[in-house]
Amino acid sequence: MVRVRRSTIIDAPVDEVWRFLRDFNAHDTWHPAVAESRIEDGRPVDAIGAVRRFRLRDGGQLREQLLTLSDRDRRLTYCILDAPLPLIDYVASFELKPVTDGARTFWDWRSEFRAPPGQEQALATLVGEQIYEAGFEAVKRRFGQAPGAARPRGAAQPSGAAMQAQAVFLARHGGPEELVWQSTIVPPPGPNEIRVRHTAIGVNFIDVYCRTGYFPLVAPPAPLGMEAAGIVIDVGAEVVGFAPGDRVAYAGPPIGAYAEIRNLPTDLVVPLPDFVDDETAAAVMLKGLTADFLLHRVHAVREGDVVLVHAAAGGVGHLLCQWARHLGCEVIGVVGTRDKAQRALAAGCAHVILSDEDLAGRVAAITQGHGCDVIYDAIGGDSLARSFPALAERGHIVSFGQAARPLDPLDVAGLAAKSAMVSRPNYGHYAGTAKDVRAGSARLFAAIERGILRPEIGLRLPLREAAEAHHRLESRATFGSTILLP
Amino acid sequence: MVKVYTSSVIDAPAVRIWELVRDFNGLPNWHPLIADSRIEGNQPADKVGCIRNFNLKAGGNIREQLLSLSDYDYSCSYAILVSPMGVENYVAILKLTPITDGDRTFAEWSAEFECAPEREAELARLVGQDVFQSGFNALKQRFAGTPAAAVRR
Repeated sequence: MVRVRRSTIIDAPVDEVWRFLRDFNAHDTWHPAVAESRIEDGRPVDAIGAVRRFRLRDGGQLREQLLTLSDRDRRLTYCILDAPLPLIDYVASFELKPVTDGARTFWDWRSEFRAPPGQEQALATLVGEQIYEAGFEAVKRRFGQAPGAARPRGAAQPSGAAMQAQAVFLARHGGPEELVWQSTIVPPPGPNEIRVRHTAIGVNFIDVYCRTGYFPLVAPPAPLGMEAAGIVIDVGAEVVGFAPGDRVAYAGPPIGAYAEIRNLPTDLVVPLPDFVDDETAAAVMLKGLTADFLLHRVHAVREGDVVLVHAAAGGVGHLLCQWARHLGCEVIGVVGTRDKAQRALAAGCAHVILSDEDLAGRVAAITQGHGCDVIYDAIGGDSLARSFPALAERGHIVSFGQAARPLDPLDVAGLAAKSAMVSRPNYGHYAGTAKDVRAGSARLFAAIERGILRPEIGLRLPLREAAEAHHRLESRATFGSTILLP
Repeated sequence: MVKVYTSSVIDAPAVRIWELVRDFNGLPNWHPLIADSRIEGNQPADKVGCIRNFNLKAGGNIREQLLSLSDYDYSCSYAILVSPMGVENYVAILKLTPITDGDRTFAEWSAEFECAPEREAELARLVGQDVFQSGFNALKQRFAGTPAAAVRR
């Protein structure tokens, strides 16, 4: 009997790592050797006996069966049913334990199998290095740890002097003309802050709502902006985990990303892995974290669900389509123009409906009368009322924006006609804590690395032209993400 | 039943730490709370069933019996026979597991016991922090080579 055993320490709390690893079908989102994976027969991923059928990047096909799953012991055991290599009677298990003096995780991964004579050592090395150790390194990266070692802690760095920088300020609530390019002083970072030089800044519809005052989040005069990528210049005395030179990104408050340089607290900041470039990060942090919680937490879509996405060529819509398609959903996109229809199809929509067509009629024809299990809608106005006839019984409408105009009042009693659910998720409630952002960005970066998400940047403008970016966003003339470059 | 679990990462190979901690009579060599220790009845310290009789630096005599010892698993378990703490049915397990990534050690020290309900939180903290965590801290310092980890006797 060959025995293989590897173990490591992951620099994240055990419950966070377990939530990530217990999904028997998610290894294609984190393990570098796995290209794609599917659970056979539509069984739940945590049903004991479930079989995952997956393909390796080198083309090999495997089937593995879940034997044990224990949330109490944080342990998962599985065996190989079919594999291209002679790993006979292979049974593997991994187990997570808390490191109580530091909120880290001990991860033990081991297996036993038989092998043809003479091949034992080679197979033991292959399993230990290419499966277990490669998996450890990938998961360390997900949790923001440098590969091969514990992350070097940013020891107290001497912070530099105040710096002068340009920023786009909102002079008063109103139209894009209220966005003003002006000089500002950025003091040295506070004890728990880092000072970041932005390299790319994301533009989002929430910036428009902040500008008009629809969301009372900005008290002018103040810079706008919720999302950016950049490089750490210096760090406050009590900051750990970040050091000058680190590539980072963030999406969330405090508002003020439309700036060349700024200070910010570290809770919502994540280190960027090498495979996510700065422009992609600025294009995808807020929209990608949004897509993540819309598809996994607000409504956990399942294989076979009919999913309708309004504004399917837009920033979040585009990502929703790609991700839902990967999760095995039948995705219907709604778009305003034929040009955008092409983009929606390229993003994985099985069907595209133009916004001036008869929505309910087309959906009924496409789904043979079933309707949509979930409808994602950021259009606003009367679009909830227009979506309702296209909804399946016990369907779920998720309203997460109002790009066109404020929402019409909702007829709650009328929801009974379909036992419908309506949700109105708020970004801050799903991506407002360090824990949420770390977990969500880990899933997001994994999906980017795996090619599940292919963020498109439709428009790049200099930072000082933020007003033009708002004009184009509001005229619905953009596709994909819009970014500003300092 | 109170359950206490403390774990840590020590930057040394498990076999080296095990050499130190497997000696059931060796607590004074590494644990900062222990003043002295002897094995009762002149028995070997690795004989399962032997009893160590030791005194705390802060005062107080404790007798503990070795229940199991495994050089294969790097683990040992023991029960308290007599102590001033006011615990019943106290059984503890100390276990080391190699971390292959970096040749470090994952150390776990857990205990189960019964006591007066109003003392549960206090005793859980005493056992988990003052006994187990301070032992781990001493091992960490010792294997980091810092002067503070000098043998205490």
